Amino acid sequence: MSDPDLLSNSYRTQPDDRGHFGQFGGRFVAETLMPLILDLEREYRAAQVDPAFAQEFDDLLEHYVGRPSPLYFAERLTAAIRAGSEPGKGAQVWFKRDELNHTGAHKINNCIGQILLARRMGKTRIIAETGAGQHGVATATVCARFGLPCVIYMGAKDVERQQPNVFRMKLLGAEVIPVTSGANTLKDAMNEALRDWVANVHDTFYIIGTAAGPHPYPELVRDFQSVIGKEARAQMLSRINRLPDLLVAAIGGGSNAIGLFHPFLDDPDVRMLGVEAAGEGLERKHAASLAGGFPGILHGNRTYLLQDDDGQIAEAHSISAGLDYPGIGPEHAWLKDIGRVDYTSATDEEALDAFQLLCRTEGIIPALEPSHAIAAVTKKAREMDENKIILANLCGRGDKDIFTVAEALGVKI
Amino acid sequence: MTRLSQAFAKGHPALVAFVTAGDPGRFATGPILDALVEGGADVIELGMPFTDPMADGPAIQAANLRSLAAGTTTADILAIAMAFRERHPTVPLVLMGYANPMTRRGADWFAERAKEAGVDGVICVDIPPEEDDSLGPALRGNGVDLIRLATPTTDAARLPTVLEGASGFLYYVSVAGITGKQQAVQASIEEAVARLKAATKLPVAVGFGVRTPDQAAAIAQVADGVVVGSAIVELVGQHGKDAAEPVRAYIASLAGAIRAARKEVA
Repeated sequence: MSDPDLLSNSYRTQPDDRGHFGQFGGRFVAETLMPLILDLEREYRAAQVDPAFAQEFDDLLEHYVGRPSPLYFAERLTAAIRAGSEPGKGAQVWFKRDELNHTGAHKINNCIGQILLARRMGKTRIIAETGAGQHGVATATVCARFGLPCVIYMGAKDVERQQPNVFRMKLLGAEVIPVTSGANTLKDAMNEALRDWVANVHDTFYIIGTAAGPHPYPELVRDFQSVIGKEARAQMLSRINRLPDLLVAAIGGGSNAIGLFHPFLDDPDVRMLGVEAAGEGLERKHAASLAGGFPGILHGNRTYLLQDDDGQIAEAHSISAGLDYPGIGPEHAWLKDIGRVDYTSATDEEALDAFQLLCRTEGIIPALEPSHAIAAVTKKAREMDENKIILANLCGRGDKDIFTVAEALGVKI
Repeated sequence: MTRLSQAFAKGHPALVAFVTAGDPGRFATGPILDALVEGGADVIELGMPFTDPMADGPAIQAANLRSLAAGTTTADILAIAMAFRERHPTVPLVLMGYANPMTRRGADWFAERAKEAGVDGVICVDIPPEEDDSLGPALRGNGVDLIRLATPTTDAARLPTVLEGASGFLYYVSVAGITGKQQAVQASIEEAVARLKAATKLPVAVGFGVRTPDQAAAIAQVADGVVVGSAIVELVGQHGKDAAEPVRAYIASLAGAIRAARKEVA
């Protein structure tokens, strides 16, 4: 197999020097933030060629986060899928177990990278936005680890429905500010974090939780999360001496998906599928920006957005608070348009079914976010031959979601 | 001379007044705009409401939500502008807002409609010079200025980037922060305006946090224009359909102070 880095027609050289992925991405921020964004880019370029930075990042991932995460063959899930398939059909399902990370999701990979950058830039205060609270918890965790004050913006609605994570953040020493502007959810929390940042540019670093926002965030979040795909690629080769036929990952902003996909983009035989949240269905309330949105500009980048004809942003809906965002990272927008990655969606109901299926067949309680990916995996696996291999990213564990799931199933706990 | 350059050549610093289109009601902004002109505003900034006004403080956020809740559309905003232009042929009108509503139907569509509506300039909060090509060429091609913003974080190294291709006037955002919150220290404004005026021939208008006639007068001693927004928007929020008279009286108090502070024109 040739080294993908050496291919001349590489899908892995984005973005361009202006931070554009084709027509997407860019730096659509207020002038006050531009000098800081440019500083961040300079500092990131320096960090990329600094062996000490890579060494500290790798060391923390190994000893603090618990990497590499295992690669796991889901034998009983595969058998359950085959039981409902035509003879000879039913691909093998493998999981990248990023739910086993410290703090229970892939979010921590990125937070480690960004807090090292913040420290490098001499910033002394950290802010972040959070929806379900996973990125908030991961940010509060690294802030505690590095002794930096931490302010988390969270929509007032999400504060109410994610109380355990709010308490976790507080235990970790973070200040959680409920956001009551707009619709009180994730996009409003992001607006409020940007308002804080613009007023505190001199000392504050904004740890963005997904592969979106102004350049260089989509690139650096992708790079930090690419540890998922790099490990998975090496683990596949060492375990079964071949690459998977299909990669599957859930997409809100898209950081776990781009982290898995990016190291495989130049492997022509590996297909990829991103799974958006279809909420109550694509004809009703949902969070599928690629399926139901149009290109536009929000939160620093041009990407697909749920919006009306006048460019007003629509409210997203998903049972998974982590996918409940009306936009998507710009690299996914580009990968969709050039056709390298396929995108589909799964409804709340399909995700709930997949959630329960994984609990019962594998003894793993997944988060509602990867439950969307698992829903797509069960469909795809049935169409594929038995000798094919699907690798899905199990990007978070479901402890945080048991209350939501109980409510959806009509169970009182 | 354009309407904008005339407004900055009146022999006194210009009062630039901001209100949100579609506030206090979808078809109720016209009388507020007339009150701004009657009170003595020299340049009108008409805010385009957006669901996610991430550079704005509570007052203008609330105005955006009021306007959108009332059903205001982009077509309504352009109609408000066009009607204003018919009533006030010489008063410059600038649209201010965010990139997504401005580019939703394409930059050319927006630029052509803005021109038809008699708009003189556009201020887009989230299109920095680095992304100028997403709106700037279309506007300039239609004779509409894309007004650039400088801020306390725009240092000497960056200033040429901000000024390249700038036209109309230069808007100095005197506070690193959001609209309507705190006011900058006068000395920092004076230092910044001197630095900006040494680098450009464009008029320099100063905004963010300007509220009282005294503040406006102090800024008028050094700048070519004073921008007032949140304080007006708060009056509209407070008085609703009856806001025209209080807005006129407030603007008159600002305009009087600015003219009394008339500076030696550089």
